[in-house]
Amino acid sequence: MLREELLAVIEKNSRIDLKELAVLLGIQEAEAVEELEALEREGVICGYHTLIDWEKTSNEKVTALIEVRVTPQRGQGFDKIAERIYRYPEVRSVYLISGGYDLMVILEGKSLKEISAFVSDKLSTLDTVLSTATHFILRKYKDHGTVMARKKEDEREMITP
Amino acid sequence: MRNPLADKVTGIKPSGIRKFFDIVSERKDAISLGVGEPDFDTPWHIRDEGIYSLEKGKTFYTSNAGLKELREEICRYLQRKQGLVYDPLKEVVVTVGGSEAIDIGLRAMVNPGDEVLIPQPSYVSYEPCAVLAGAVPVIINLKAENEFRLTARELEEAVTDRTKILILPFPNNPTGAIMERRDLEAIAEVAVKRDLFVLSDEIYAELSYKEKHVSIAQMPGMKERTILINGFSKAYAMTGWRLGYACGPANILEQMTKIHQFAIMCAPTTSQYAAVEALRNGDEDVAEMCRAYNQRRRFLLNAFREMNLPCFEPFGAFYVFPCIKEFGMSSDDFATRFLDEENVAVVPGTAFGECGEGFLRISYAYSVEKLKIAMGRLERFVGRLREEQGKRQP
Repeated sequence: MLREELLAVIEKNSRIDLKELAVLLGIQEAEAVEELEALEREGVICGYHTLIDWEKTSNEKVTALIEVRVTPQRGQGFDKIAERIYRYPEVRSVYLISGGYDLMVILEGKSLKEISAFVSDKLSTLDTVLSTATHFILRKYKDHGTVMARKKEDEREMITP
Repeated sequence: MRNPLADKVTGIKPSGIRKFFDIVSERKDAISLGVGEPDFDTPWHIRDEGIYSLEKGKTFYTSNAGLKELREEICRYLQRKQGLVYDPLKEVVVTVGGSEAIDIGLRAMVNPGDEVLIPQPSYVSYEPCAVLAGAVPVIINLKAENEFRLTARELEEAVTDRTKILILPFPNNPTGAIMERRDLEAIAEVAVKRDLFVLSDEIYAELSYKEKHVSIAQMPGMKERTILINGFSKAYAMTGWRLGYACGPANILEQMTKIHQFAIMCAPTTSQYAAVEALRNGDEDVAEMCRAYNQRRRFLLNAFREMNLPCFEPFGAFYVFPCIKEFGMSSDDFATRFLDEENVAVVPGTAFGECGEGFLRISYAYSVEKLKIAMGRLERFVGRLREEQGKRQP
């Protein structure tokens, strides 16, 4: 239970300092450190990333969701082909999906051209890939549980009692 | 022209929280820790159900006592949470917030001159509602050394032959105090012995951080003499929906429903549909908000410890009630100066009864970020006050 609560806190704010984390959870600081180290060791915590809305910067980025249908390989299932795809650094995420296609690949590039080049030159040419369908993301409204629009102010009015 | 006003009404003094709020609303950058309402939005699936009910054209009155479906869910909820069994047809009324339930409960039960016991510090409505109902309010001053719980002894000392009702406001606003099973057992014994009815305001029941909330209605012999009041505002962050309920013996509920019927007709229909969804699928939301409140509660208590400000550990609601007696000034003066000098609004304990003198109510229905800034300012302010004191007494 403590583990889950700790994870829920740092999932929202990974920059929280250890002392404050311990206070919020009602434990000793040493205990919090120990738990965090264990979670990192066990690979439960995989990183402390920052959620960035690149749209608000001058750095133009294009993100695409690519549905990929593949032929699973004997003895290795989808793992081998997934690995071949996720090794490309421009690939942000790879998920195995149930339903109409097999892998969902999230790709980030500088331009439409760059992404289409990746799909036609690298992805489609893999032996096991049967087909791809590329969807470009036009706008991110919400990401990682966070709404990208500006935070709203405290709208509670004064009321008594 | 004759005086158009009723003495009974003009005699009621305005709420003590008001003054501070008026000042706060004029200041743009003031941080308020005064609000007694959740900072969370109502969970989306609950709002969605309200919207859906409108789309379907559910825009008529409900029955006076409330949607049958909702009353059934309320009964299921109370059975699930507290093991209490109520008849949805005869022992429940859905009200416009818990506040209406307090009002009609008192009006249904009080005869002129009956005494109503009100433990303080507590929510500011009990006393005016008792007065408007024609009762004589009798205040029981709760004590910091008892962690602001009501003791059987205090109750016994306040009961007279005219006492009819005890208002039991736990988990408590403003102190955050709770009553645990053994505390309630002792109170129940006196209530049965002295033939008292209890109006148990359990609006903060879900916000209990020690053990699961226990209702006095669960004590032997108490269900038949208890009106249990609860609602959706605090647990589900639904303050604006204005929805609460009362459960109790059929003969009392029948009369309460009569007043409700003539004065209000029924609680808002949209809110009732949303509330059905809240009770059916809202447990996880409540648990999540409760965890967040509990973290903030720990944060504030730790901040007080670090600045050496005494505060008993409150286990309920979303308030802490630190003691400021060491500064030798009234709660009102402290709060005024704190607002003036540091731009943070807290509510003086005296707004909730005279025995709140020497205490402040601080609400933690605010984000940790906001609380952090406010505690930084409080520490600075407290430091300054201590320095001043040191100079005065060389």
